[in-house]
Amino acid sequence: MARLLILGAGIAGQTAALHARNKLSSKHEVIVISPNSKWNWIPSNIWVGTGYMKPEQVTFPLAPVYAKSNIIFHQAKAVSVHPEGDSTTSLPFVTIEYTLPEKLGHIEKITYDYLINATGPKLNFDATKGLGPDKNSLSVCTFSHAHDTSKVLAEVIARMKKGEKQTLLIGTGHGNCTCQGAAFEYLFNVEFELRKQNVRDKTKIIWISNEFELGDFGIGGMFLKRGGYVTHSRIFTESLYTERGIEWITQAHVKEVLPGQTIYENLDGEEKTVNHDFAMLLPPFSGVGLKAFNKNSEDITSQLFAPNGFMIVDGDYTKKPYEEWKPGDWPKTYQSPKYKNIFAAGIAFAPPHAISKPMTNPNGIPIFPTPPRTGMPSGVMARQIAFNIADMIEGREAGPKRKASMANMGAACIASAGANFLKGTAVSMTMYPIIPDFEKYPDTGRDLNYTSGEIGLAGHWIKHFLHYAFLYKAKANPFWRIVPE
Amino acid sequence: MPVRKPFEQSYYPPVPTKLTKSFRTNLVWQFFRFLVLNIRMLRMIRKH
Ligand SMILES: Cc1cc2nc3c(=O)[nH]c(=O)nc-3n(C[C@H](O)[C@H](O)[C@H](O)COP(=O)(O)OP(=O)(O)OC[C@H]3O[C@@H](n4cnc5c(N)ncnc54)[C@H](O)[C@@H]3O)c2cc1C
Repeated sequence: MARLLILGAGIAGQTAALHARNKLSSKHEVIVISPNSKWNWIPSNIWVGTGYMKPEQVTFPLAPVYAKSNIIFHQAKAVSVHPEGDSTTSLPFVTIEYTLPEKLGHIEKITYDYLINATGPKLNFDATKGLGPDKNSLSVCTFSHAHDTSKVLAEVIARMKKGEKQTLLIGTGHGNCTCQGAAFEYLFNVEFELRKQNVRDKTKIIWISNEFELGDFGIGGMFLKRGGYVTHSRIFTESLYTERGIEWITQAHVKEVLPGQTIYENLDGEEKTVNHDFAMLLPPFSGVGLKAFNKNSEDITSQLFAPNGFMIVDGDYTKKPYEEWKPGDWPKTYQSPKYKNIFAAGIAFAPPHAISKPMTNPNGIPIFPTPPRTGMPSGVMARQIAFNIADMIEGREAGPKRKASMANMGAACIASAGANFLKGTAVSMTMYPIIPDFEKYPDTGRDLNYTSGEIGLAGHWIKHFLHYAFLYKAKANPFWRIVPE
Repeated sequence: MPVRKPFEQSYYPPVPTKLTKSFRTNLVWQFFRFLVLNIRMLRMIRKH
């Protein structure tokens, strides 16, 4: 009997657990550790944040799904990894602390043969003074944050209906943020909602972001063939902001959020302020803070995790300038170089470097997006890791054979720009590869036959359909495997 | 739509014409685009 232990039940953890369970014979165990009792389809949180969906529509309880799937579930958070065991056992184990109300705070050791770290991000609100729902700004990162944000938005709309003018600030709350796409979706859904409620003329909407220019999205932007030209995503994005009457501030590192005011520094090193009545600013991400210890209980965290808390895997982490970055730097199997039975999937793995060009202002503050690891690549890498581990457990392979490098992977992304079955729109993007390859595609970094983007109602239909399809899959309902990652 | 003011950031980007915008929510055209977009995404998935 072998035991696969999966930390995290998000997009990556859930995909890995279901695929591994499906591939492994029943004598082997699959165990999932996650602090939340519910699964959350995070991409639809932006719709919770405008009131278009309720939290119950984007979540479901995990325990019944695992019970029917023969997966063991502990509602707990992983605290530390002990890849060599300790003085009491030579088996590798993870220390967990229960969040299940009946066992709250109880600590347990769970041994493993193979470990997948799919713990996603820590929402690092503390990186910016005054940032976050407990302080002076709002968030849509979790369904509960989004639900609270929708209530504040409703209050703002009520004030506008009384004739008051309001300023809304939406974007990223730190110079190192990722996930610009999520903030972009929230921006346009709010704008759509305000038009629907006939208060658009009472609103000033401002976008703030750490991107060098609009349309960067942390992937260095992309080139598309459109209307007889090869055009950069910046042009399309600026066009959309102009069409919808949204002002934009780019190259911004938010330093502090005060009630009604945000202070930021730009790439020129100037300090500026912007006043607002509503601020939804996404936090930067870091790893969830897992520690690691060797057999002698000495701290080896820095051998397993990068300084930002994400797990070191089979990428090339050598520090080098942007000009020397190569697609080959990106991990392929997501195996820890130090402990071959440990893997990381989704946001939890440490990217070797950014995708957008790093920029620093004269005061030494880096202002550029860190690389996004969106749903599709997170799911694909989780599936490949699960297949590789199943092959190793069942004795079919000695090491991980399947690869899932973001440099050889495409991504499809649907960014909602307004939710309505007849009047809504979404930007439908595809790109290949995710990591630009300027050797293969010297002018554009990506294959123009597979890189596309357009806005329309069809995108909204797809986004809505995917919402149901991914919830169906995550619930392990019959034929879940036909829903792709 | 706000009035465009010279040299401001929103002065330069291309803005869609009424016809372009109407195509974005035209049911017949969007049904066709729905099929095209699904094929595009399936091609992408097959590359994994
Ligand atoms: C508002 C928003 C909108 C988005 N929209 C899109 C979109 O439209 N399309 C798209 O492709 N991507 C989108 N993304 C990105 C997408 O959500 C992520 O790519 C995806 O969730 C990453 O999956 P993951 O499994 O790595 O992390 P997560 O989904 O965050 O899962 C992490 C899991 O680990 C658990 N965990 C945390 N700490 C511990 C611990 N100590 N021990 C054990 N478990 C732990 C968490 O509870 C969670 O279950 C969006 C993100 C946000 C925030």
